[in-house]
Amino acid sequence: MYHDNDRSKTFSRRAMMLAGGKAALVSALAGRMYYLQVVESDKYTMLAEDNRVSLRLLAPPRGPILDRNGIAMAINQHNYRVLVVAEASPSLDYTLDALSRIITLTDHDRARIHKETRRRRSFVPITVRENLSWEDVARIEVNAPDLPGVLIDVGQSRFYPLESLGAHILGYVAAVSEADLTNDPLEELPGFRVGKAGVEKIYDLALRGAGGTSSVEVNAVGRVIRELERREGEPGVDLTLTLDIRLQEYAAQRLGDESAAAVVMDIHSGEVIVMASTPSFDPNAFNRGLTPDEWKDLINNPRAPLQNKAISGTFAPGSTFKLIVALAALESGQINPAQTVFCKGHTEMGSIKFHCWKKGGHGSVDLIAGIKHSCDVYFYEVARRVGIDKIAEVARRFGLGVPTGIDLPNERNGLMPDRDWKRKALKQPWHPGETLINGIGQGYCLATPLQLATMTARIANGGLAVVPHVARDHIDGKDATSRSAPNWPSCGVQQKNLALIRKGMNAVSNEPGGTAFRARIDQEGMWLSGKTGTAQVRRITMRERETGVKKNEELPWKERDHALFVAYAPEENPRFAIAVVVEHGGGGSAVAAPIARDIMIEVQKRERARVAGSAGGREG
Amino acid sequence: MMRPTQRLSSRLNRTEMNWREKLWHINWTLIALLAAIASVGFLNLYSAAGGSLEPWAVKQMIRFGLGICILIGVAVIDLRVWMRHAYLLYLVSMVLLVLVEVKGTIGMGAQRWIDLGFIQLQPSEIMKIALILSLARYFHGATLQDVGRPVFLLPPLAMVLAPVGLVLKQPDLGTAMMLLMSSGAIFFMAGVRLWKFGVLIGAGLGAIPVAWQFLHDYQKKRVMIFLSPDSDPLGAGYHITQSKIALGSGGVFGKGYMMGTQSGLNFLPEKQTDFIFTMFAEEWGMMGGLFLLGLYVLLIAYGYAIALRCRSQFGRLVGLGITTTFFLYFFINTAMVMGLVPVVGVPLPLISYGGTAMLSLLFGWGLVMSTYIHRDHPIGRRGSYED
Repeated sequence: MYHDNDRSKTFSRRAMMLAGGKAALVSALAGRMYYLQVVESDKYTMLAEDNRVSLRLLAPPRGPILDRNGIAMAINQHNYRVLVVAEASPSLDYTLDALSRIITLTDHDRARIHKETRRRRSFVPITVRENLSWEDVARIEVNAPDLPGVLIDVGQSRFYPLESLGAHILGYVAAVSEADLTNDPLEELPGFRVGKAGVEKIYDLALRGAGGTSSVEVNAVGRVIRELERREGEPGVDLTLTLDIRLQEYAAQRLGDESAAAVVMDIHSGEVIVMASTPSFDPNAFNRGLTPDEWKDLINNPRAPLQNKAISGTFAPGSTFKLIVALAALESGQINPAQTVFCKGHTEMGSIKFHCWKKGGHGSVDLIAGIKHSCDVYFYEVARRVGIDKIAEVARRFGLGVPTGIDLPNERNGLMPDRDWKRKALKQPWHPGETLINGIGQGYCLATPLQLATMTARIANGGLAVVPHVARDHIDGKDATSRSAPNWPSCGVQQKNLALIRKGMNAVSNEPGGTAFRARIDQEGMWLSGKTGTAQVRRITMRERETGVKKNEELPWKERDHALFVAYAPEENPRFAIAVVVEHGGGGSAVAAPIARDIMIEVQKRERARVAGSAGGREG
Repeated sequence: MMRPTQRLSSRLNRTEMNWREKLWHINWTLIALLAAIASVGFLNLYSAAGGSLEPWAVKQMIRFGLGICILIGVAVIDLRVWMRHAYLLYLVSMVLLVLVEVKGTIGMGAQRWIDLGFIQLQPSEIMKIALILSLARYFHGATLQDVGRPVFLLPPLAMVLAPVGLVLKQPDLGTAMMLLMSSGAIFFMAGVRLWKFGVLIGAGLGAIPVAWQFLHDYQKKRVMIFLSPDSDPLGAGYHITQSKIALGSGGVFGKGYMMGTQSGLNFLPEKQTDFIFTMFAEEWGMMGGLFLLGLYVLLIAYGYAIALRCRSQFGRLVGLGITTTFFLYFFINTAMVMGLVPVVGVPLPLISYGGTAMLSLLFGWGLVMSTYIHRDHPIGRRGSYED
């Protein structure tokens, strides 16, 4: 047994060694545990939270857009979608077959659904179709037991109940494109829409509101287990416009099928009451998605339905510009209102002959008669005396050639030429004859209908540089506040000179022989004072003058004159200014003035009704 | 030389004890320790199922109950009987291992078990015990001089390498390592000189480049990922990364029972089997982890005490071999989930969900218990009753 004793000793010694080794290993385990669970614990806690919590953005409802009387122009509509959850359905094809007996499903839809199913986890709902009618929703709900895995989901989509009415001012919304990206995380949401034109674009931030967040607990495969915390977002602001949509509707009807624009604004506040541009388009189509054919039709239409001609269409102002020429002449002291110019039907400068629109001439013409009859020869002479630089300078003060600053995107500057401009832009010296041409609103000068309305408003309000706007409230970024009482700077012209211009405009509309006398307003207290304009878009050759100038009706549409009319009303205590431009419409007095008259009657009627209504309200 | 135990307790020295007496001598502290550890497992499996006894906790309890019965059954069988049948058991295990290998080649992929209907028998699990028994028998009669002769060591070395080769071929790197290491412990306890281990380990290390060629791609990948787990955080490194996140986020006091997020939300893979320790330490924190560690240490220390107390070399070697195997299970598993060793697929003993490991472990503890009961029995060179 000796050896056994020896062995036993060895065994005991070695057992201790082995135990020691094991103890060392166990210590290593404990040390590792300490390292992971104490030293590095914060790091791993964060990683675990990252794993567990997923932050989801909640889209806030987009602010509605209303007209000045609270009529909804843009709202959010429930968008019923039918979704399918692959894992809840025994067979996707079976479910889709059943579904296709209720709603139409194209092969294209099916292919897309199958593709998405493969790409996503099986519990992620996949959109089968959007914008379902209520009937379809009801039929799907009724058949729910036969449609395993099918869900109905309600989303929000933008809807413009008035369709094409006011579309240019509203603009539209569409999916976010690369160029729209700011840093708003909302833009990452699938199906999120941003304003692409009109006030939808310019006040996009305010209309969007602020996104809410929902932290949800997700498991390893991304399934939502429960909501941990929810922070509601802020809905977008209610955007009230200055437009009166009933008047807008009337104006649009009155413009009819013409390619035309009409702007009515409050000469004191700058509120744009009507801004019609025809033809128009249905902004809902953009949200729904345009077919290539629809898009082609919109783009190739020569009357440019997508363009807001009131701010983006530039036209030679024609004779409406004579108001500025006259004002510049009076301001510079170059003319005396009583001085006359003899109109024999044309005037000469060097070898060039400048014609008056009236073949026989107007005879002896003073300032008021010059405006009243829109005598070209009178204004050739006045323009020649004042010079183009002074004319352009006054024109800019009245809003021509510079953006008005209206709160709408894509406003064009128009063009007020002067020597400087021509030297820079065309690298040519100014030709004296060009002063004459521009003096009657032809040649280089271009203006938008809104600029013409603004010009008229500034003449009518006593020379205050009113700026037009379409949003009732002042909106800065995401916040809307009431506008402060307007305190417009002066245009820096003498009141007596403005009074003379207004007198001339009164004569145009309210004195027999005035170019717009036939388009006057008879109703007491609603009289308007205006100025017609007929802008020639083609050159009339000498030969044509000899044989007789062609009538507009004889010309192709593209070569016809633009018809323009600007006016303010009422004659006493003016309140509203209007500009109507009918592209290739013909004569200003024959085409534009009657439209302006009708619109101004409606505008003033509505104003009277409003005043009477609110007075009645006070009594009651 | 005095042998007080032999003299003082003649009753225990009796060659024959009936099974009633043996039952009387069962060490209930050992069983209590086993039950405590297993209970941690039940608790965990209940939580892993999201607060439900189904599908894991109840089955695990039944298996544990069955395992305890096996333990007692094994314990009352005379140690000498185990010794006499050690080689037979080894042979049967080898046959089964070969069978599995054949079946595996016919079937698809890695085949590790034989389906017995009520249980899936893993021959490699039986081999873990059979190898310990066989080596213990081999070294039981050997003197230190015997052990000193290199030629004497060749048969047991072959006895070890044959199953290791088969298991490696399955391929089951974890079990192969465990077989090697627990056998190594027995060689060591039998008195094999340390320099011989040095030679073998040196040769083993030298063989690594060669062995690398024979590793399966997934095994190579596991080793690579162990060396650099962050290289593939969403792929194969996902397991270990998520396990470390779960452990670390548990902190000192844990997230609370059934409140583990990593495990509850399934970020932690295999939370009811190989990664159950992670789940436990996530919910109970470092305190829980250390408590469990303490239970294991206690159990292992108990195993040591039993082995050291045993009179026969066979019993001592079996006791220590089983204890060491158990230690290896526990160490490799916990070290693996903590990112200390590569992921090799070794369950946490008595806690991980799984039948074979539970039953074979309790079978092993049954042998330890038998060592305890028969601690004073002298055993002859060939398992006879006399010296």
